[in-house]
Amino acid sequence: MKSNDHITLAHGSGGLQTHRLIRELFLEYFGNEFLNPLEDGAILQTNSDKLVFTTDSHVVKPLFYPGGDIGKLAISGTVNDLAVCGAIPRWISCGMIIEEGFAISDLEKIVISMKQTADLADVQIVTGDTKVVEKGNADGIYINTAGIGTLIEGVDLGTHQIRIGDSVIINGYIGDHGAAIIQAREEFPVSFEIDSDCRPLNKETIALLSKLDGIRIMRDPTRGGVATTLNEFVSGKMFGIQINENHLPIRPVVQGLCEPLGFDPLNLANEGKILIIIDPNEAQGALEILRSFPEDVHSSTIGQVVAEPAGKVILKTSIGSSRIIDMLSGEMLPRIC
Amino acid sequence: MCLAIPMKVIKINGNEAIAEVGGAEYRANLTILPDIKIGEYIIVHAGFAIERLDEESALETLQIWQDIAEFDQEKQIRKSNQ
Amino acid sequence: MLKYIDEFRNPDLVKSVVSEIHREFSGNSIKLMEVCGGHTITIFKYGIQKLLPDDIHLISGPGCPVCVTDIGYIDKVIALAHIENVIIASFGDMIRVPGSRSSLQKEKGCGIDIRICYSPMDAVHIAEKNQDKEIVFLGIGFETTAPAVAASVTFATDNGINNYSVLSAHKTMPQAMKVLLDSGEIDINGFICPGHVSAITGVHIYDFITNEYRIPCVISGFEPLDMLESILMILRQLNTGNATVENQYLRSVRENGNIHAAKLMMEVFEPVDTEWRGIGTIPGSGLGIRQKYRSFDANWKFNIEIEPAREYTGCICGDIMRGVKTPTDCGLFAKICHPEDPKGSCMVSDEGTCATWYKYSTRD
Repeated sequence: MKSNDHITLAHGSGGLQTHRLIRELFLEYFGNEFLNPLEDGAILQTNSDKLVFTTDSHVVKPLFYPGGDIGKLAISGTVNDLAVCGAIPRWISCGMIIEEGFAISDLEKIVISMKQTADLADVQIVTGDTKVVEKGNADGIYINTAGIGTLIEGVDLGTHQIRIGDSVIINGYIGDHGAAIIQAREEFPVSFEIDSDCRPLNKETIALLSKLDGIRIMRDPTRGGVATTLNEFVSGKMFGIQINENHLPIRPVVQGLCEPLGFDPLNLANEGKILIIIDPNEAQGALEILRSFPEDVHSSTIGQVVAEPAGKVILKTSIGSSRIIDMLSGEMLPRIC
Repeated sequence: MCLAIPMKVIKINGNEAIAEVGGAEYRANLTILPDIKIGEYIIVHAGFAIERLDEESALETLQIWQDIAEFDQEKQIRKSNQ
Repeated sequence: MLKYIDEFRNPDLVKSVVSEIHREFSGNSIKLMEVCGGHTITIFKYGIQKLLPDDIHLISGPGCPVCVTDIGYIDKVIALAHIENVIIASFGDMIRVPGSRSSLQKEKGCGIDIRICYSPMDAVHIAEKNQDKEIVFLGIGFETTAPAVAASVTFATDNGINNYSVLSAHKTMPQAMKVLLDSGEIDINGFICPGHVSAITGVHIYDFITNEYRIPCVISGFEPLDMLESILMILRQLNTGNATVENQYLRSVRENGNIHAAKLMMEVFEPVDTEWRGIGTIPGSGLGIRQKYRSFDANWKFNIEIEPAREYTGCICGDIMRGVKTPTDCGLFAKICHPEDPKGSCMVSDEGTCATWYKYSTRD
């Protein structure tokens, strides 16, 4: 398989070319005892652990952006969905829908990226599927990853655990991924140096859960940003969340991007961040654990769970007043006014 | 009515300036604000420089309120010491 | 630290201005109107109303150019979008504004070509790259934006980019302020005047308000310190019985504005009568493209016929934009009308009064 080849419809037909693609590309990089037999399904063994199962489809544009690509995103995203549930991520499936004409060299880059990310996260890709669609569809490639993890014993995370007075923590700068995508799309006459924060976070979540008892819930604030995830925590509940604007870690360059366009960093996507709600007595401990990871040195307590207003997220503004933080509604559009 | 942000001019290419805010570099058309120099601050709206920012004025406004704020703080301290 | 931005958000300085406001305030209930979407956003983003004494009421006027664009314009744009080979280029928030029957965003799914632009020059460059298409730029905005759009027209003229045109809904501010005052619907005690409009026009466009109506006007910047200082300046005028035009936004507004920009604006545009959504036709308050540049005027270039426009029943955007009602007075607000499915224009634009209330304030 020459790397200056392109994907053809034949690659998705299930015949000779499909098998060549699987052997020479996917098995070459992903190969393991589960995948190699190329059965229709992977037989996996666990003890009596509870299983956590998740799925995510990745349609990011552009496919390659500063700090990552769709492959890294596909693995990280699913690993993180498992991790924030309190699971140890174990096995990933990978379904690819590839556009006819897609460069095999690009596909190889994506596959290598997936393998590197999977190794970082200690997960295996155990089953997969490949389809090819006609030119003009799939924007190059769409990837679906489903993941299975085993729930850490004794862990029971969820909004039902949240109590008034709990602390809200984030493990670093917000909005980096969203900003990197904006830069990569080149839709605005702005340029700046930033890398997406996209990466697997299971090492952090496992470290936290192994040492602390007071974690109530964790979630990764992806599309819609921190604002959306915080609102998900409180929607319909008898408590609210208050965030302190002065404690939000935001890079100056992300602010510099957002101000002229009228964007809010709270609405930008993150792919390497966890929002954690935790017993306030353990907040300091959580920060120390997180800050021991080099990528999480800017972990901060950004707010707390409050009684009023229930069901809402309030921002205590930098000037001492307050306003509501809402979910992102519709797309983010630059404004002139 | 208009979202326009002060940015520092770091480069000029003919009719276009590169202006920086927070490390993000924006392109700004100079058609309606010619005669800009590198190092000046411009107000940029919809990709155009619409006016230069008078730094002296800005610092004056801030200084006035800085002085008042310091005076207020000293008053507070004296009050709480009584 | 964003220079010349963050310093004007300094909490210590803000605290001092707020104290001064409380000291200066006489206690009589007053209404201060701002007529600029950017000011609406600052007020809500920073919770400015909450810092003020209860009886200082900040009212939002028709300062959101997207919101005051008449429904017929939207209908026209949708009709244009369906013409083969037409690309519509627009600032972001226009695409969600509801027309009589639909919006550009809703029509997007029907195969029309819409491009979001940060600058009108983006639209000109799209025209350069797509010689077989007609690019129509939606000219929305007040005096701050019109010179930039004028520059795009002169650039297209000078470079022979003949497949570019502008459908102008540009408006100028002072006439609308006069209409509001003459209507007598609300008692405005002071105007917080738009800083960036004034950067183009200069300070004297508000002289008629102080001279004829004896109402103080302060031209304000857009950071919390700016708006609070402007409110303080109005209070001081009210207390001394003064009514003058003052410039708080000295760092960006020169007395005579940006003459170069104003000249370019009047080179390409001329005053026309235009309809303001919710207010009606205001003579001489619009900017139409001059005869000299009519080949860049989409109104002249395309023969667009539309059915009579109609508002969504129950929408009171007009009353809201005139400052007569608030979003919570509207039966549709937050129940049927919300940002995902706006029924009226002030819910669409991020700086529309209803959208701002919805986003930043409680909805109860």
